[in-house]
Amino acid sequence: MDTSTEGIEQTADGLLPNSPRGFWRSKAFKRFRRNPLAITGTVLVIFYVLVAIFAPQLTYFQLKTIRNTCVRDLGLGIGETHKIVEPWTPVFWRSIVAPPSTCFTIPRASYSAVPTPPSGKLWLGATSGGYDLYYGLVWGTRSAFYVGILVVGFGVLFGALVGAIAGYVGGWVDNAVMRFVDVVLSMPSLVIAIVIVTILGQSLTHVMIAIAAVQWAPYSRILRGDIMSIKERDFIDGARALGARGPRVVLRHILPNSLGPLLVIASLDIGAVVLIAAALSFLGLGAPVGYADWGQMISFARDWIKGPPGQPLAYWFVSAWPGLVIVVFVLGWNLLGDAVRDVLDVRS
Amino acid sequence: MIVLLMQLLSPAERAATFITSPAQLQNINVIIEKYGLDKPWYSQYWRWIDAAFHGNLGYSTVARTTVVNAIATRFPRTMTLALAALFPIVGVGIWLGTAAALNRDKVVDQFTRVLAIVGWSLPTFVLGIWLLVIFYGGLNWFQPGILTTGDSIRLSNLTANGAFHDYTGFLILDSLFNGQFGIFLDFVWHLVLPVITLSAVTSAQIMRVMRSSLLDALGQDYVRTARSKGLSERAVNTKHARRNALIPVLTVSGFTIILLFNGVVITETIFSYPGMGQWFAAAATQLDYASVLGGAVFTAMVVVLANLVVDVLYALVDPRIRYD
Repeated sequence: MDTSTEGIEQTADGLLPNSPRGFWRSKAFKRFRRNPLAITGTVLVIFYVLVAIFAPQLTYFQLKTIRNTCVRDLGLGIGETHKIVEPWTPVFWRSIVAPPSTCFTIPRASYSAVPTPPSGKLWLGATSGGYDLYYGLVWGTRSAFYVGILVVGFGVLFGALVGAIAGYVGGWVDNAVMRFVDVVLSMPSLVIAIVIVTILGQSLTHVMIAIAAVQWAPYSRILRGDIMSIKERDFIDGARALGARGPRVVLRHILPNSLGPLLVIASLDIGAVVLIAAALSFLGLGAPVGYADWGQMISFARDWIKGPPGQPLAYWFVSAWPGLVIVVFVLGWNLLGDAVRDVLDVRS
Repeated sequence: MIVLLMQLLSPAERAATFITSPAQLQNINVIIEKYGLDKPWYSQYWRWIDAAFHGNLGYSTVARTTVVNAIATRFPRTMTLALAALFPIVGVGIWLGTAAALNRDKVVDQFTRVLAIVGWSLPTFVLGIWLLVIFYGGLNWFQPGILTTGDSIRLSNLTANGAFHDYTGFLILDSLFNGQFGIFLDFVWHLVLPVITLSAVTSAQIMRVMRSSLLDALGQDYVRTARSKGLSERAVNTKHARRNALIPVLTVSGFTIILLFNGVVITETIFSYPGMGQWFAAAATQLDYASVLGGAVFTAMVVVLANLVVDVLYALVDPRIRYD
């Protein structure tokens, strides 16, 4: 290792430096940068993040042509829709930071009983009922990240709390908590989530609760393991000798040392969480009809597998576009996750 | 735990888990009274466990029969699908993974890598829909369901005439025992697309693990020792390297079996395959609480059994592990 570079300190795994400045010059980052798959994954994920952030601007054309409640709730009058794409107006920023919930409702181009093929106004076509596919997919990206970040965030908070208690207290508490974690992890996540959604009732919030109820378990296991090993280190004894009590030791000395890797692992799970949410929506257990959501967009395709007689593939766009958006998203997260785990892994 | 969550429901909804025939729906208040559904949670929990152990999981409005009956008719179909999916998972996963590791950085390896990344990124519900659009919508080669209309009518006629006996409950075996090769072939044909859908992600994962763990094993000292004592390349690869490489693969299969259950729910729903998963998903959307609970409890049991099988396989692959 190049010890002359300032800011690089030897950490437990010997690869990742402690200071942010050293990170850009570290071996780990260099290896990440030279891996074409890692770069592809990063680019794809950044692309989706940008789509999610700039959803109102990307759907400006749709918002302008099909006047809907979203434009009204942004406080825009007739002929003022253009403010959405003008960065010097407050509406531009409001639509990005806190768009009204009505923006997630897909505007209906028509009330047609069959899907409408792509055309001038409907860039990707529309599903049965006239739901604009392009609008649904762009705003669906936003709701996907919304679900992913909230679920993973809650999972980390709750999992870290449970793991910290189990790891620090030890004894029978640790045993009981970890056996419960084993039970949660041994059940298929989708099955548990379906049971919880069925009992709570069908809505996007309940889908998030159901996934979070499964998602915290692995984090608590990881954090507990970290705490068990850090607990034995000398600096903890030092802190104790200086008079620090249990909670302070955990919060000030143990957590900061083990939270970093956990956060990296957890943020990579956003892709997987989005996929479970989409699967639940696909089965009809998620958001109400017309809510911009990937799972629902592709579940429309189930009714339009076969075209009218003579044109068997007439409705290809209903299954192709939502499917493509989901597959590329999963591909991006998988590539990125793989590369990051490679970098974090000491052995390789 | 699940039953505790049920406390959020009204007594009438909870009564569904105790009902065993549609006739009982008439006097639901009697049932609420009889099973003490307005009593505190611990006595209800005890009652539910008691009933479950006596084989009473309630009445399924989706399947129009008792939950236990629904599981009995549907589980064999799901089991057939899952076992059929093991062939591509083991075949493609282990075989291609081995081929890739032995021919590192050659054409086979590159091809396998691309295949792994593509397969790994195809969510079950997208792949299933796409396969249906292409092979049913476009080409009309494969239909959803388990039999074509003609064959299913023929099957129900044969059953009604007493010419078709239910020996095992597994249609794939019963059709052979009854000498109905047409129905057998039709059933196998209908299995093709669901099996591809169900096994894609898992095969890709097993393939990746197999490749990396075999590469790991090939670099070990014992492989060099085996080579230096003059063993043939084949013996070194299969007996020394691959057997050791299979251990991490088995660990991963423990997780992938659980993932397979997620896949079954979606695959069966897409292909209208009348198994456990389709029933479970339909029950969830139609608020058939008894079926959802019964299905979940049964799935938990199957998961435990599947993990037991993986543990036994561990002992077979790794002689260091002994269960006394």
